[in-house]
Amino acid sequence: MPAAVSFQRVSRHFGHVRAVDDVSLEIAEGEFFAMLGPSGSGKTTCLRLIAGFEQPSSGHIEIFGQTAEGLPPYRRNVNTVFQDYALFPHMTVGENVAYGLMIKGVGRAERDAKALDSLSMVKLKGFEQRRPSQLSGGQRQRVALARALVNQPKVLLLDEPLGALDLKLREQMQEELKALQKQLGITFVFVTHDQGEALSMANRVAIFNDGKIVQEGTPNDVYERPRSRFVADFVGSSNLLPPEFAMAHGGTKAWTSLRPEKIKVVAPGEPVHGNHHTVSGHIISIQYQGAVTRISTDVEGTRIAAVVPTLNDIFKEGDPVQLAWETHNLVAMDAA
Amino acid sequence: MNTATSAHSRGRLADFLYRNSGILTLALLLPPLLWIGIVYLGSLFALLLQSFYSLDEFSGLIVHEFTFSTYRRLFTPTNLTIILRTVVMAAAVTIVSAIVAFPIAYYAARYARGGWKALFYLAVMMPLWSSYLVKVYAWKLILAKEGIITWIADKLHLGWVLDGLLALPVIGGSSLSFSYIGTFLVFVYIWLPYMILPTQAALERVAKNFIEASADLGATPRQTFSTVIFPLALPGIIAGSIFTFSLTLGDYIIPQIVGNSRPFIGTTVYALQGTAGDIPLAAAFTVVPVIIMGIYLIVARRMGAFNAL
Repeated sequence: MPAAVSFQRVSRHFGHVRAVDDVSLEIAEGEFFAMLGPSGSGKTTCLRLIAGFEQPSSGHIEIFGQTAEGLPPYRRNVNTVFQDYALFPHMTVGENVAYGLMIKGVGRAERDAKALDSLSMVKLKGFEQRRPSQLSGGQRQRVALARALVNQPKVLLLDEPLGALDLKLREQMQEELKALQKQLGITFVFVTHDQGEALSMANRVAIFNDGKIVQEGTPNDVYERPRSRFVADFVGSSNLLPPEFAMAHGGTKAWTSLRPEKIKVVAPGEPVHGNHHTVSGHIISIQYQGAVTRISTDVEGTRIAAVVPTLNDIFKEGDPVQLAWETHNLVAMDAA
Repeated sequence: MNTATSAHSRGRLADFLYRNSGILTLALLLPPLLWIGIVYLGSLFALLLQSFYSLDEFSGLIVHEFTFSTYRRLFTPTNLTIILRTVVMAAAVTIVSAIVAFPIAYYAARYARGGWKALFYLAVMMPLWSSYLVKVYAWKLILAKEGIITWIADKLHLGWVLDGLLALPVIGGSSLSFSYIGTFLVFVYIWLPYMILPTQAALERVAKNFIEASADLGATPRQTFSTVIFPLALPGIIAGSIFTFSLTLGDYIIPQIVGNSRPFIGTTVYALQGTAGDIPLAAAFTVVPVIIMGIYLIVARRMGAFNAL
């Protein structure tokens, strides 16, 4: 079975800027695939290459085995949820959702029924007669989703669809999107700069930097085993231990990632159970974050942050402490 | 000490206006409201009032009694012909202006950047900087029998096309500058900027995103044009057409200089209030464009031309 989307050494240059630089990737059918990266890393251009708004400067793109380059957007069976939704202001919500069907020449009654189905899928039944300008951001987002899904695309592209929503709504939509994807079985390709979003929703994540994919894998994989300092730092913040420090404390002579939540913080002299490597340092700052507390420490001149469950105020800034970690949590990385 | 006090009192006025923002709004709005209310609407009502008076045919004096007789005079065959002639001309000018303006506005809004955009604005606006009369007289020369159009047509051995055009009934004439075609061409030229600018402004607001979304949903460029770009540009085109239509309805100079001297509403009003001294009928005539524009706007609204606003 061919991949839903396949990039073979695809590049897209704008003048001297290599927005996408020699990217190869395969997205399997039914996957929830996230493209994660900072702005300008090429992830959105990749999405636009799949949608057909951009054509590759070189390389080959296939969508379900069909060559995509040269194919205009309106001849591709993919649909996009735009970052700012791009709802047509001169049409009602119902007309917006039915637009793709109207273009295909589906009869009025049938397309109205399908639009209604699609709207009830995103829980916006009864909003058909409203105008996009009368909706809240979250509702517009749902309309954009319904408008794309009504066409039963083989691949749904989402360009930072939750970026404009507030935190609470974003978390709710994350859950709904994931449930929807499971229910429909459509391949979702999702662009985001929010690592939490990518980790919580996607089956697989590709991390972009400077137009290239720097790492690809399951969320767990990229989080637990970052292969570069960029990934370690971008996907959740991590402690980046210099090679000498890592070697002296249970690791190998390489830049090493150590996740803050893998570190135990205990008072000096207190015993540490299990097979732990311990170091001593002192506390620079304590940040209370609700359920957890972030403790920044100085260990032999290296800054190490630990995230521990908030218990009570046993530590104060300036206190000497012991840090302990299991050595298998030290992840050696490539130099970059 | 002194400066401190004055700063304090000045601050008090600002504080007062800040707390009573309604008074500030009123103070800012009062001059324009007075202008519109008295000078503009007031004179319009005075005009409307005049149209309900009548002219005593023997004495030539205005009878200040309420009557519909002046309006009845509008419906004489001569006057109806004048109205029809003006409306047909205004409609033709508007439609052709819209057709000519759209590609120009579209190019300027979607493709022109930086210097090209500046050039576009310059090209559209520059004709507005020179006198209307100079332009119209210049066109009279261009369109004259000895003018450049006839000359070019002859050089290209296309004189027969021009002759054929002028031989057409009603719109033809002895030369371009003595025919409805000439009047029409000058109207289109003079009012075109008023169509281009609002159309361009409307197209400017059609986000690139809408066009991409439309293509993404399966629409070919042609479908995108008719279902997204054109409907979104329509309020601008309507705004432009209000200009071209009403300006043509009311103009009294162009038909006097270029054309076959048949009267239009504007020239008729000009003659009635001047030499004829029939102010009531002149007023009744000016009400005609007002009513036509009102109907036009209602129809446009019904058809959803302003949905995108």
